[in-house]
Amino acid sequence: MHGATPSTGSTAISGRSGDGPSLVIFVTRRVAITIPLLLLISFGVFALVHIAPGDPVRSLLGARASDPATLAAIRARYHLEDPFLVQYGYWLWQVIRGDLGVSIQGNRAVTSIIADRLGVTIFLSLMSTTLVLGLGILLGAVAAFRRGTRLDRAIVMFGVFGISSPAFVTGIFLLYLFGVLLHWFPIFGPGRGFLDRAWHLTLPAFALAISVMAIVVKITRAAMIEELDRDYVTFARARGLSSRRILFAYVLRNSLIPVVTAAGLVVVGIVAGAIYVEVTFSLPGLGALTVDAIQKRDIPTIQGTTLLFSAFVLLVNLAVDVIYTVIDPRIRFGRVES
Amino acid sequence: MNAVVGRAGQEGPLLKVEGLAISDGAVPITTPLNIVVERGETIAIVGESGSGKSLTARAIAGILPPGINATGAVTLDGVPLMRLAESELRKIRGSRMSMLMQDPFTMLNPLMRSGDHIDEMLRDRPEFASRFARADEVKRRLAEVGIVDEDVARRMPFQLSGGMCQRVALAAALARDPELLIADEPSTALDVTTQAEIIKLLRRVQRERHMSLILITHNLRLAFSICQRVYVLYAGSMLEVGDAAAVERQPFHPYTLGLLLSEPPVDIRVPRLVAIRGSVPRAADVLDSCGFADRCDWAKQICRTGKPPLTALDASRFTACIRQDEIQGELDALRTAALSAAPMTPRRGETAGALVRVHGLVKTFVGERGRPICAIKDVSLHIMPGESVGLVGESGSGKTTLGRCLVGLETPTAGDIHVNGIAAADFDAMAKADRVRVRRTIQMIFQDPFSTLNPRHSVGQALGEALGASAGATSPATAERIASLLAKVGLSAAYATRRPASLSGGERQRVAIARALAVKPAILVCDEPVSALDLSVQAQVLNLFRHLQVEHELSYLFITHDLAVVRQITERIYVLYLGEIVEEGPTERVIGNPQHPYTRRLVASIPRSAIQRAP
Ligand SMILES: Nc1ncnc2c1ncn2[C@@H]1O[C@H](COP(=O)(O)OP(=O)(O)O)[C@@H](O)[C@H]1O
Ligand code: SF4
Ligand SMILES: [Mg+2]
Repeated sequence: MHGATPSTGSTAISGRSGDGPSLVIFVTRRVAITIPLLLLISFGVFALVHIAPGDPVRSLLGARASDPATLAAIRARYHLEDPFLVQYGYWLWQVIRGDLGVSIQGNRAVTSIIADRLGVTIFLSLMSTTLVLGLGILLGAVAAFRRGTRLDRAIVMFGVFGISSPAFVTGIFLLYLFGVLLHWFPIFGPGRGFLDRAWHLTLPAFALAISVMAIVVKITRAAMIEELDRDYVTFARARGLSSRRILFAYVLRNSLIPVVTAAGLVVVGIVAGAIYVEVTFSLPGLGALTVDAIQKRDIPTIQGTTLLFSAFVLLVNLAVDVIYTVIDPRIRFGRVES
Repeated sequence: MNAVVGRAGQEGPLLKVEGLAISDGAVPITTPLNIVVERGETIAIVGESGSGKSLTARAIAGILPPGINATGAVTLDGVPLMRLAESELRKIRGSRMSMLMQDPFTMLNPLMRSGDHIDEMLRDRPEFASRFARADEVKRRLAEVGIVDEDVARRMPFQLSGGMCQRVALAAALARDPELLIADEPSTALDVTTQAEIIKLLRRVQRERHMSLILITHNLRLAFSICQRVYVLYAGSMLEVGDAAAVERQPFHPYTLGLLLSEPPVDIRVPRLVAIRGSVPRAADVLDSCGFADRCDWAKQICRTGKPPLTALDASRFTACIRQDEIQGELDALRTAALSAAPMTPRRGETAGALVRVHGLVKTFVGERGRPICAIKDVSLHIMPGESVGLVGESGSGKTTLGRCLVGLETPTAGDIHVNGIAAADFDAMAKADRVRVRRTIQMIFQDPFSTLNPRHSVGQALGEALGASAGATSPATAERIASLLAKVGLSAAYATRRPASLSGGERQRVAIARALAVKPAILVCDEPVSALDLSVQAQVLNLFRHLQVEHELSYLFITHDLAVVRQITERIYVLYLGEIVEEGPTERVIGNPQHPYTRRLVASIPRSAIQRAP
């Protein structure tokens, strides 16, 4: 080794140190934004009682007999004699301790009703998310690698079809075809035990997945086609790297960035879609519970599920942002040039 | 690294390309090409952009973009590459033949640490099974390409400069010790001084490894300075092939001569740059004639009756000009005439009555997190009426900011600017009449004229508008005035109806110049006006600038990183380095006898041909 003068190169680099601390700072900052948002939402949810038409006591009483003792108990529990903000403070403190009040139907704690229903919804959403991301990315990748072929066109067609039909329509269609006509899958109920439940939830999960999956297929396909054309992919091929290495370390990883960006929307879309699908397939999940609570004007239950959904949406977005920065270091550092 | 020499014991050339024809579906991109690379030899493929260099390189490596196909034979050390399956080719790529792509900034995976690009090349080898062994090797490989800062391996590509990316990419390309490296314009996207370092590095690595190198470039002088043989590619056809020294001494093909002459020399100022008229045709349009015929001064009917084949004149020289023997005398005469220098009459060093005077100019920008970025620190300069002044420096030296301050596009943080005696540092603080006068006196030409032309307006509309703004314009611009403006920049009146998108780069720049001339300015500030143009077109535009200077007694401030360009067009230059003027003086003196270390580095970074160089 002689005569090399690495002069300009080394001076041109701006000295930035390792990425550990900056990631911690980023996450801390991101969490710090989430907390006030959560408070804001909780305030809105709390205000529901007072926004709902009629006397808050009546709303909270529901169908129960309005004897003075019960009324007094409700007043005491919600501190209705205190100023509005103080009421909110008491209520928030109860919520933080895990007390969401009592359902107006049957005097059960809202938390225990939600706990009963949560399992089905989580199972359904996870199954559907796995389908959306797994199958969606796979189909998108296949379409990109085989672009221009009949297979590619078929996948793109399927995407158009998926995007244009809402989850409950797809649900009814699947239910009729595979449940009623073919008897391959059960047409209602959540099932017991893991396998039975998976079998029962297959059709709902697909119904839920198809419309959202189309978006993932589309994004993945576009991103992959773009990646395959990149200089660094050509350079990787020119260096004789294996096709597996190129696929995973180069093409897939780079094209996942836009997919991850959309993943927040995908998960939120799935959970929102679950509300319809649970009703369509008569599944005892949170969505069905919410619809039921709205019909019965069960304010404490509505408060509970709304709070849960909103917190979930915020947390998903937080998680997506963190994953995003872990995958793409450029975000973390901020671009150095231009 | 001696393993390479050991492996290459066989007879015959290392790489043989025979009848390689590339096409985009049915549209041909190259005619059948033949290329031979001996072991340890460096050859150059020279051509302007679009001539098919990059695709030829990719066809040799077997990685053409989808939709593009190639026929012919590529034989590497006896192995017919084009008949191999992709899985077989993969074993050859990287370990026997490797490639560097054109743009250093996009060559590395943006999500991967730079060291991992080398690391991933080593993983298959048993001796590098452990991560620590690989880390050591990565360090060693980076040292080979001149990177001693160990931290670089841990950086992400976007944290590296272009030159650094290019070094890392080179180390990655060489990690499996290939016998052949194809480098596609390895220095084009870099700063001048970095360019020279990268080329020096490539040469050193090539020699130490006794590796074969295909250097792809548009710079004929660079090719002559480091290659044994050159292949001149034009519109997809090989026009001339031969030993570098021989071709440089006496080019046989009019195109090679044209390229040589239109590349402005740094050493001397030539009376007139010999420009090649017109622009590069597409390969598909010149299938049955000499591809150069439309631009050739010697073209005859015979040149268009078929494609002249590349024929051997002696063992090492080939040309595709059928009239070579008839016209060689004229070619040689042109060459000799062009090389005779035109002595410049330097102006006396007076500064009274300067057209533009800048004193103590400072410009600070607010950067990331409010950090101040000092683009210009205390610059003073002057430009006399009718004088052509150069402002030379690398990107980031503050050249463009200075130019923008002069024409009022930026407001300086401190310092004075006087244009024709009017204080013009802060356009907002000027009286309206003064502002209008300064705007008419000083006009700017940009590197990318497209960005300043409204794509929806025709050329005539754009010029008409500019004429309307000129002093004493009472009536709207007539077609005649537009036509005479176009004529000044060498375009016919028919161009008035064209839209910017349908113009070539050179034509657009001419339109931009015409528009600037509409207000009869006294000085043009030209920011890299020819650096985006093809070489043969560059000479045309430079000639236009010279001609306009004489005809209209224009002054110029020529902002550029290209010393050869300022050599041809300016009388005096300022060298700007990190926002400060480090040297100033007559162009002759500064380039011939640079004083400041930075200027010396700049001058030394220009590839010089063997003829003008001491042996
Ligand atoms: N991916 C592609 N698809 C279609 N045409 C292309 C593609 N890449 C290059 N070309 C065309 O092939 C010709 C040669 O291009 P290229 O090899 O990049 O030239 P050079 O490297 O000499 O500038 C050009 O006319 C260009 O437009
Ligand atoms: S063949 Fe004819 S047109 Fe082509 S370069 Fe020679 S003289 Fe010119
Ligand atoms: Mg190219």
